[in-house]
Amino acid sequence: MACVMRPILMPTKPVLELRGLSTHFPIGNRVLKAVDDVSFSLHAGETLCIVGESGSGKSITARSILQIVGPPGRIVAGEILFTPPDGHTVDIAKLNPRTADMRAIRGRDIAMIFQEPMTSLSPIHRVGWQIMEGLLAHKLMDRKAARARAIDLLRQVEIPNPEQAVDRYPFEFSGGMRQRAMIAMALACNPKVLIADEPTTALDVTTQAEILRLIRRLQQAHGLAVLFITHDMGVVAQIADNVLVMRNGEVVERARVQELFRAPKHPYTIRLLEAATALGMAAPPARKAAPQGTAILKIRDLTLTYPAQSRLFGKAQPPTHAVRGVSFDLHEGENLGIVGESGSGKTTLGSCLIRVLKPSNGQVTYTMRDGSTRDMASLDRPGLKPVHREMRMIFQDPFAALNPRMTVGQCIGEPLLVNRLLQGEELAVRISDLLGMVGLPPDVAGRYPHAFSGGQRQRIVIARALAPNPRLIIADEATSALDVTLRRQILDLLLELQPELGLSFIFISHDLGVIRYFCDRIAVMHRGEIVEIGPADDICARPQMPYTQKLLAAVPEANPAHRDEGRTFFL
Amino acid sequence: MGRFIVRRLAGMVPFIILVSITVFMLIKLTPGDFVSNYAAALAAAGETVDDAMLDSMRARYGLDQSWLVQYWDWISGVMVGDFGYSFQWQQPVSSLIGERMALTLILSVSTLLFTWSVALPIGVYSAVRRYSIGDYFFTFVGFVGLAVPGFLLALVLMYVGVSVFHSDVGGLFSSQYADAPWSWGRVADLASHLWIPVIILGTSGAASLIRIMRANLLDQLNQPYVDTARAKGLSEFTLLVRYPIRIALNPFVSTLGWILPNLVSGAVIISVVLNLPTAGPLLLQALLGQDQYLAGAFLLLLCSLTVVGTLVSDILLALLDPRIRVS
Repeated sequence: MACVMRPILMPTKPVLELRGLSTHFPIGNRVLKAVDDVSFSLHAGETLCIVGESGSGKSITARSILQIVGPPGRIVAGEILFTPPDGHTVDIAKLNPRTADMRAIRGRDIAMIFQEPMTSLSPIHRVGWQIMEGLLAHKLMDRKAARARAIDLLRQVEIPNPEQAVDRYPFEFSGGMRQRAMIAMALACNPKVLIADEPTTALDVTTQAEILRLIRRLQQAHGLAVLFITHDMGVVAQIADNVLVMRNGEVVERARVQELFRAPKHPYTIRLLEAATALGMAAPPARKAAPQGTAILKIRDLTLTYPAQSRLFGKAQPPTHAVRGVSFDLHEGENLGIVGESGSGKTTLGSCLIRVLKPSNGQVTYTMRDGSTRDMASLDRPGLKPVHREMRMIFQDPFAALNPRMTVGQCIGEPLLVNRLLQGEELAVRISDLLGMVGLPPDVAGRYPHAFSGGQRQRIVIARALAPNPRLIIADEATSALDVTLRRQILDLLLELQPELGLSFIFISHDLGVIRYFCDRIAVMHRGEIVEIGPADDICARPQMPYTQKLLAAVPEANPAHRDEGRTFFL
Repeated sequence: MGRFIVRRLAGMVPFIILVSITVFMLIKLTPGDFVSNYAAALAAAGETVDDAMLDSMRARYGLDQSWLVQYWDWISGVMVGDFGYSFQWQQPVSSLIGERMALTLILSVSTLLFTWSVALPIGVYSAVRRYSIGDYFFTFVGFVGLAVPGFLLALVLMYVGVSVFHSDVGGLFSSQYADAPWSWGRVADLASHLWIPVIILGTSGAASLIRIMRANLLDQLNQPYVDTARAKGLSEFTLLVRYPIRIALNPFVSTLGWILPNLVSGAVIISVVLNLPTAGPLLLQALLGQDQYLAGAFLLLLCSLTVVGTLVSDILLALLDPRIRVS
């Protein structure tokens, strides 16, 4: 691997330099300062990470550089100086976004990778065409050469069978492959600067590790300057040379990565790092000993097979085994984590347990509060009703899980009302009790969900789940949509309520840190099967199965001294 | 693809049979029959009606039999291309509706083309320049177009045509071509008359399509893939045509199925007002007079048009959108 120049020591001009950039959004007669006086410089071969929580202005900063901020956003002040290696400096902020001069920079000199590989590619154009398009738009080569280049790029980003893949549509690709195609697209014109806006956030840890490795390899091969935007301190520790911490549109701290992790200065940075390490793999779990209660849920040989499907066009698909032969017990008061990559069947398993989906085989024996047992797998609708009072679910997205046309009080009271458990004055009292439990004042009951932030909404969702006084809660990625500082608050809230209310949890997540913090036992799922199950400590410290080991190795550690593999360090 | 079309065509057969039964039943459900209507008309004109004569008429037309037998007589004829006999016109149904159906189709297709060619560019403009003066203007015009009933527009246009331009805007042909055989002169005459009903018929459709296109496109304009394409350095126009418009067309195409029959049946009132020799007015008369075979033939054709339109739009959709074709 060629030794890349040490950019910090080089006297050359930075390839990209921001001076006092401000991008504002006029909303009504207020002005939202999405980006406020941001300055930084980026050299060839360097990786600069911008880190911050949602709403910190990190994405808008990236978009401002290419002048693709959506209306009504506008760059109101500052300079964006781009200096190609052999050319003279251009101030991008002075260019009109709709001119050919601006377009000449987009894609050719500065390219961007977006967050959502599912929606950032056009669904109706072939992957190869989308890669070729930039080459053709900048008139760099003819169609035939562009196609050959597209195939070569797909090979560079390690997509198997690039000759066939070039004619595929994005929806025929997995998330990781789409993100690889996206990277190929960004690299097509040999840009000098690559902006990556949360490129791995929507991916599994193992895929994330592969993509990060790929970006790093390509960066070294092409001498790219990389501006990497993320909210994940683990990722920052793994790839950054320099770090910029943003909050409310402003830069609160800038430092070299080692310094930032060793001696953070700004209180906000300290909070971010604390939240990241608390849920990191090296931190102590929240619960000391696993309680040894009786088994309240016994799952035996649970299987869900989707039958073979005939297609409208083309060949029929073979049957898929979403969940295959899963067996385990859940004890009273226990927190069981189910972890796995997307497509491993963990969500399907959760849906089978609460009987949103009907398993095709096996038993789910639930012991009710009164001691009687029910086989969830074979119950009919009316038979499920009493069980559903004791077994509740919390979903991933607090924005989608609350009906926007119902008040918070109605949302929380609904499970009580439809089960005819409480009404009138008693219901109102119960609702304000529940709000108190999740740390919200009782007078919010009359307001609508849109008035609340993501973390508050998740509290409302939890209050709703607690309403009928359940014994078992199945939480499906309950903290994944939240910022890292909020994640721990929500987990701690659940842990605090647990002994008081006598709850047990099945916690489904792809985030090993969260699972480790919260759970007593962990079940690792892969391709619909449980490959390993055991106490959280054992699974995390002494994983037995190769798959579990791979999964653990892929978690980015929030410690820049422990980088994942041989990397040319700049500092 | 071939298998899909064959399967869809095969599926159409039982559906159309069911439709034909329903249509015939509905016609027969109304109280009375053609003969009682005829008798009422005679009585209204002050003539005496002889019951024995009415009974013999019923026997002659087969109206004294059960509706199942009548249905079978009709449908077995339809299978071999004989659509029955119109009592009102004393003519075979097929000779009555042949030209009218053709003219209806010409009018409908012209209206469809007019609607699309007006609605697409304006819809795109309104979406891309949202909240501009132009957008507000077209939004206003669009709502006026939606709110004004077609027949009122027809009356106003006719009045303006007669009082200002001193020309007769009714009908599809000048008097010398009305009953003439087809010739180039007749085609040119048709074209010179066609634009007025096309505008009247197309206005409300175009107005609603502008709104649909605007909404579809606004959904697509903020999609992340548009940003991706913009970040590649494409020009705004290329970008617009290649990505969001292409995808916003899908709902357009999928509504094709019901636009076709809608144009045919929705044109009835306007055709009466404008005195157009299309299918609409004839269908109305046939229904009022319980001319069962004529009405049945029309309704059956309309339903077939719907089914064929849906199939065409499904095929177009599969061609436009690889997600439907491949997955």
